[in-house]
Amino acid sequence: MMLEARDLVLEDRLAHVGLSLRPGAITAICGPNGAGKSSLLEALAGLLDVDSGSIVLGDRDLASYQPRERAQAIGYLPQEHTVSWDVPVRRLVELGRMPHGDKRTEPVEAALQALDVEHLADRRAQSLSGGETARVLLARVLAGEPQWILADEPLAALDIGHQLALLKHLRRAADSGIGVVLVLHDLSHAMNHADRVVVLDGGTLAADDEPHRALAAEVVERVWQTQVEWIERGDRMALMPL
Amino acid sequence: MNRAVLVMAALLAIALPLSLLAGRVWIDPATTPNAALILGELRLPRAVLAIVVGAGLGAAGAAMQGYLRNPLADPGLFGIAPGAALGAVTALFFGFTASAWLLPLFALVGAGGAMALLAVIAGRTGGIALFTLAGLMVASLAGALTALAISMAPNAFAMSEIVLWLNGALTDRSWREVWLAGPMVLLGIVFLMRAGAGLDALTLGEPVARSLGVDTNRLLWLLILGVGLTIGAGVAVAGIIGFVGLIVPHLVRPLTDRRPSQLIVPSALAGALLVLVADSVVRILPLVTELRLGIALSLLGAPFFLWLLLRMRKGLA
Repeated sequence: MMLEARDLVLEDRLAHVGLSLRPGAITAICGPNGAGKSSLLEALAGLLDVDSGSIVLGDRDLASYQPRERAQAIGYLPQEHTVSWDVPVRRLVELGRMPHGDKRTEPVEAALQALDVEHLADRRAQSLSGGETARVLLARVLAGEPQWILADEPLAALDIGHQLALLKHLRRAADSGIGVVLVLHDLSHAMNHADRVVVLDGGTLAADDEPHRALAAEVVERVWQTQVEWIERGDRMALMPL
Repeated sequence: MNRAVLVMAALLAIALPLSLLAGRVWIDPATTPNAALILGELRLPRAVLAIVVGAGLGAAGAAMQGYLRNPLADPGLFGIAPGAALGAVTALFFGFTASAWLLPLFALVGAGGAMALLAVIAGRTGGIALFTLAGLMVASLAGALTALAISMAPNAFAMSEIVLWLNGALTDRSWREVWLAGPMVLLGIVFLMRAGAGLDALTLGEPVARSLGVDTNRLLWLLILGVGLTIGAGVAVAGIIGFVGLIVPHLVRPLTDRRPSQLIVPSALAGALLVLVADSVVRILPLVTELRLGIALSLLGAPFFLWLLLRMRKGLA
């Protein structure tokens, strides 16, 4: 199912943003601070009341979905890793089944396995490291078997090893047909791991293309107001500020 | 059913018969004259009422801590208990105590008023911060009006009655209070139990809970109704009994997997146990006049709260 934003307007945050996202791919949303990235992601997840415009999932307006129906289709992972109570990890991951109202264990076990956190299943959530928590919370999203995963800066606060591991998991999810939308600050990760990059600037769409076009040095210079150069090594690119 | 429920139910089953026998006069069912009458008409209703009131306080405390995601939350924060107290104080102020029904009814009207005010202010948006602030304002408004009533009491008798009543007690209660509060508290606990799944999802924060399909408005209404009925009915029949809602979830939490939904029923049982035991203790204490239950529980609760803060400070440092 396609996920579309049609002429989205949100006061002071988004101005007439239109997007059409396809499943089975990783889309990165990039932009300077305050560009409206998180707002766009929240709107795509159906969690914001927009001033005008609409989000369309499949052939229906997302606003017409029942909360549970929407939750079955879209898994959302915010930037903050809030875990208020020291519950066992397995119970947290099981929350992913909530939209389905079932107690099926296979998706929960599969999600724990996919993110290499099976061995943590009986640990208490607040005893985990930052990297472990990030993986467990993504496992919670996967356990819901959503068609779309929308994650806000899932790589923030992770070391490079965990960042790459998480990107690998997300790639696997995309290859299995899930639509993955990530807000990313690290432009090199966006360049190397996304199939498509959406660049927001001041609430408007500055670019929406393949990574090497959307994040071309001149776009980065214009939007981020920083002189940069891309360094190519094999099939990988690294961003070098000048 | 989890371990905490079994433990608390077992303790309650032990405490209930003991509390029936305990008092200024210890009852030996075989030899005490009129034992059946004392047990059936005085001690049993008082014990059942302690269970009813305590269960409501415990369940409401657990649900509040889950909803506000804060272990220091207390049902009093919602302003429902102060609202109910204001209703009762109004009845006492105007001397509307000719019928035994009037005071609890006024208290229920006060609780209902506080609930309605909360619903009007925060009901539509369902935001937790707004709701908490609204609750605090309702509480401080009701508190100020109560203080006003005390300071303007028509005579010293009314004033002392108000002050005494505000320090809750279960003295001289009968089956009438049980029938008044019991069904409401039970219904309130059912509402709070229905909020359990939503409270579990809130563990991951409000945006995630909404993304999981939790209708935060419905959750708010369940909380308002649940806390309103349990606390409103409790205050109506027993006055203000503090700290139970704050302490009990902490005592129960280590026995559960710490999910808010798993805490509500055991907290109801533990609250029942705590109030039952405390009420038995105030009956036994060799004082000239019976120590008010509300004072006794505050004497117990305030040091506990301080200990909790000390422990949290260590954890944060």
